[in-house]
This record gives sequence, structure tokens and C-alpha cells, in this order.
Amino acid sequence: MPSVLGLFQSADTAAAAADRLQSAGFGPADYEVLTGAPYPEGAFGEDSGDHRLFIFPLGGAIIGFAVGLMVTAGTQLSYPLVTAGKPILGIPPMFIIMYEGTMLGALIFTIMGVIFESRLPNLTNDLYDARITEGYVGLVVQCDDNAQADTAQSTLTEAGAEEVKQQGRS
Amino acid sequence: MHERPRLTPIQINRDLLRSVVETPLIFYVLLLLLMGLVGLGVIAATLMVTYGLGVTGLNHPVFWGFFIINFVFWVGISHAGTMISAILRLSAAEWRRPVVRAAEVMTVFSLLTAALFVVLHTGRPWRTLYWAFPYDFVRGIWPDVRSPLVWDPSAIFTYLTGSILFVYAALIPDLALARDQTTGWRRAVYGVLCLGWRGNARQWKLLNATGLLLSALILPVFVSVHSIVSWDFGMSLVPGWHVHIFAPYFVVGAVLSGVAAVIALMAVMRSLFRLHDYIRPEHFDMIGRLLIVVALAWAYFYFIDVVFALLSKEEAEYEVMKLRLSPPYLYLFLLMITCNVFLPVPIWMFRRFRRNIGLMVWTAIVVNIGMWLERFLIIIPTLQRRHPDAFAWGDYSASIVEITLVIFSFANVALLLLVFSKIFPVIPIWEEKEGHIWKREFRIGKLRLPAIVRE
Repeated sequence: MPSVLGLFQSADTAAAAADRLQSAGFGPADYEVLTGAPYPEGAFGEDSGDHRLFIFPLGGAIIGFAVGLMVTAGTQLSYPLVTAGKPILGIPPMFIIMYEGTMLGALIFTIMGVIFESRLPNLTNDLYDARITEGYVGLVVQCDDNAQADTAQSTLTEAGAEEVKQQGRS
Repeated sequence: MHERPRLTPIQINRDLLRSVVETPLIFYVLLLLLMGLVGLGVIAATLMVTYGLGVTGLNHPVFWGFFIINFVFWVGISHAGTMISAILRLSAAEWRRPVVRAAEVMTVFSLLTAALFVVLHTGRPWRTLYWAFPYDFVRGIWPDVRSPLVWDPSAIFTYLTGSILFVYAALIPDLALARDQTTGWRRAVYGVLCLGWRGNARQWKLLNATGLLLSALILPVFVSVHSIVSWDFGMSLVPGWHVHIFAPYFVVGAVLSGVAAVIALMAVMRSLFRLHDYIRPEHFDMIGRLLIVVALAWAYFYFIDVVFALLSKEEAEYEVMKLRLSPPYLYLFLLMITCNVFLPVPIWMFRRFRRNIGLMVWTAIVVNIGMWLERFLIIIPTLQRRHPDAFAWGDYSASIVEITLVIFSFANVALLLLVFSKIFPVIPIWEEKEGHIWKREFRIGKLRLPAIVRE
């Protein structure tokens, strides 16, 4: 499917271009906004979609806790050597390992979550321009066919795009 | 922050990627110097492993010397990174932007160095695995999870992993920027490391959410790590160490030394990479204010520790504290309290001094000397009177091997930071740009006031 990238020098022009795209029949999910720094959510009227990032640390914490419990209880029960008259399964020392395991699991799964939810690693050769990290704002429009790509190109050009690129025309 | 000069994204890229794309002569000089010192440390460690712990000053009853002092010191330094980064992120403090990455990276390298000293301390480093790793290497005996020997590695491993992930998550957009701004093999490497980051709205939204999540998760870990380090002492029945307040007292001490170290690091970065537009006097001003609170909190805990020991009527406790407060340790105690409170706190009280970067660096160095002495005074005099009834009292003086390894530790952290700065931007570029997006100016009467707009 063809896609069109328009490069804009300022956020205001890009936001106006996004409005024009919507007037031309493109929905918020049809285009993505590429920037070199985070803008407030919705600054370009884009749809960034829902995510389930907050579930990941919870899952990681449960797994980490289970591993912590297994390491503490399992290792001590497998060779029940009484030390200094203390119980084999002492809650305070077990809690320390289980706590660290819980936090470690939550931390690792948070990163896995952000990578997964951000659709990374991105191995596709999608339209992109290095100037985006120099302050330009890029609008990438996903089109169904060549006719729609032409509409997107003309809309972006009229909206003041400094350069417009196309990719994937059939 | 409010005094931030108006800069374009291209200027910001150029300034903050300078350390990556340019290599000034001073870089090579520092690299060679630090590698030389690290090399000396490697020789000292090799000597120790070859000839045994006899080449150190450790002897009955003082079996914890410079290695453990250094371990506690570097774990302490590592605390500032996460504290500054996580707390300032959660509170959306604008002045965090140029500070956070260097502080987070310092956490990672300090922790690695700290862990190295525990391993060295064992005298037979390869055996550490048997005592700490949860696996029955020999005779089906597993490491005893009731021992702090297992707690420490688990806490440090969690904190180290979390800190590395914390650094990496915030580094991804800058890796993409480095990919876009470099050519050849560098571009390929940065391209792989940034995982194909594009900078779309979803990715930014998730990155911001991750920053907050990781901050919230890593703060309890940060508190637990130095608490567990303090329990290495507190869980023993040694008079002077078996003290209830050790955990919060250690945490506050760690924050004091770590935040002070961040000041020194910021000043070095500012000067070495010409980052005057990014690391400004106002940042030192803010950290100085924070340090007043931390230093006074540390003084409070220290005071409580001393008072409880002297008034508890526990003879062994009293004797240990008396030894700490008698010559020659009295002189070290006075030097420590001067370095940590009496000298720096009055200086930090004045805005003019807090904005004097040279003076702030000196106070930071002085505080870290004081904090190193604090750990010395906790460990050495206490072990000298470890067995109050057995009269097995002894002395301790560090050998040249231990002194070399202490110097090595500072060189090692500095070397790792220097190499990091050559590969990755030391200031989060995207965060700096975000600050510019939020910056606005308001007119009130004849004044034009800079401000930061927040959602």
C-alpha cells in the first residue's frame, strides 16, 4: 500500500495539515505524526491508540514473586540444614529475596511492555526522514491506493509541506 | 529551566552530540591517564589474588577494611542517580533534564565498581559464585538465603538491572537521533540499538508512561538496596553495628554522598563538553538546596546513633562509641562532621555560593571525603573492639595494595563515564527539546518572565 510523508518546519503548520487531511477524508488513524521530541498528546489531532503497558509490570511482579518464593523456599527445603536454631523457612529473610524478585520482574516486564506496545523493534522500511530529529514534523499518511496517495500528496503540499515523499505505489 | 536560552533543535543536536562526534585531545589524555590508573588497580588485584589476602592490612579481628568501606561508599554514590532521576521525573521538576542521564549512568558504573569490591574482598573472587548464586554447585548445598551474603547480590542485581533498563529506555530516542546524524558503521550500530525508533505519537506516549512507571518501581528498590547493605552490619551482633536506625541512616548518607557526586560530575561535563547553555548555575542552585535538607537529615541520624550508644547503658556499645570519639579517631570524626555539615551547609545556605560552580564542586568533594570517612569510622573502630570480653583487640592499617585499589575505583568509574560519553549523548537530547517545546514567556508589566507550561 502506498504511503506519503510530508515534512513540516513547524508544529503549527503540521497541525493545520492534519486538519486538512481530515477534511480530505483521512481519519486520525490513517496518519501518524513523527517528531524528534514529545509533543502534548493530541497536539496534531492524531490517534495514538490505547495501550496495555500497565499490565506488564503487574505480570512481571507476579512472576518475579513466584521465582523469589521458589528460590528461597525451594533451596532451603531441598537441603534443610538448621542454622543457629532458626526456622528453615524464615519469613523475614525470604521476604527480602521475594521483594527483590518482585521488583526485578516488574522492571524487566515494564521494558518488555514498552518495546512490545511501541511495536519495536521496527524492521520495516517505512517512510522516514532524518530531518525529523532536526526539528521537522513528519506526517505519514497510509493510503489504500494510488489515487488516495495523490490526494494526500496534494493536501500536504497545499498545507505547506517543505517536501513530500511517496513510497509503495503500485 | 527558566533560564534556558532559546536554541533551535539543530543547535541542540550539534551541542549535545559533540562529545560523540568530536574527540578533543583532552579526551585522549584523560583516557590514557585513567587507563593507567585502572591498570595499576588490575596489577594490585592480581597480586592479591596470587599471594592471598596477606598482602592487605586485614588481620584478626579487623577483617573488613578498605574493600568494604569502598563497597559501601560506591553503593552510596550509586544512590543519587536514581533518586535524582526518579523523584524529579515523578514530580515533573523541570531542572532535571540535563542532569538525569549522567546521574543514572553514574549509578550503573558505581554499582558495578561497588560489586567488584565485594568480590575482591573475598580474596578468592571465583568462589563468590558458590556463596551468592542460588545453585547447588557442591554436595547439594544451596546458598543460605537467611544470610546477607545472598541478600546483597539479589538487591544489587535488581538495582543494577533496573538502572541499566532505566538508562536504556530514555536513551532510545537519542540513539535514533545519533543514527540520523551519523554515517557508516556508527549509523548501523545506532540503528540496531534504537530498535527502529521513529518518534511517532504512540511511541512518545509510551516512553513518557514508562519513565513514570520505572521511576515509581525503582524508588523502592533504591531504598531497599542501601537498607540491605546496612543490614550487612545491622544483622550482626557486633556492638556498634546492631543498631535499628542503620537502614534509614545509610540511605540518607548514600543520598548525601551521591547527590554531591552528581554536582562534581555535572561541573566536569559542563567544562569538558562545553555544555554551558544546558548545565547552568541554576541547576547547581537547585541541587544545593536539596543538599541542605539531606545533609541536615544525615546529621540528625548520626547524632541519634551517637546519643543512643552513649546513653543506652550497653557497655559494649558505649566502649565502641567511646573509641570512635577518642584520639586518633576523634580527629577523623571531627574532620568528617566538618566535611559533611559544618563546612558545606553554611555555604549552601547562600544563593550566591550555590551558583558559584567552582565552590559547589569543592563542597561536593569535601562531602565525599567526609562520607568516605564516615564508612571508615563505622567499620574499623568497631571491628577493633568486636570481642569485648575476649581481649582479642587489634589494629588496622591499609596496605599499598588496598590504597591502590581505592584509587583504582575512582579511576574506574571516571573511565567508564568517559567512554560512555564518547559513545552516547550525556544529556538526554529529546528531553532538552521537550523543555523548549513547553517553554513560554509571559509579560507582566514591564517584565518578561520565562515559564514552563504544564498539562
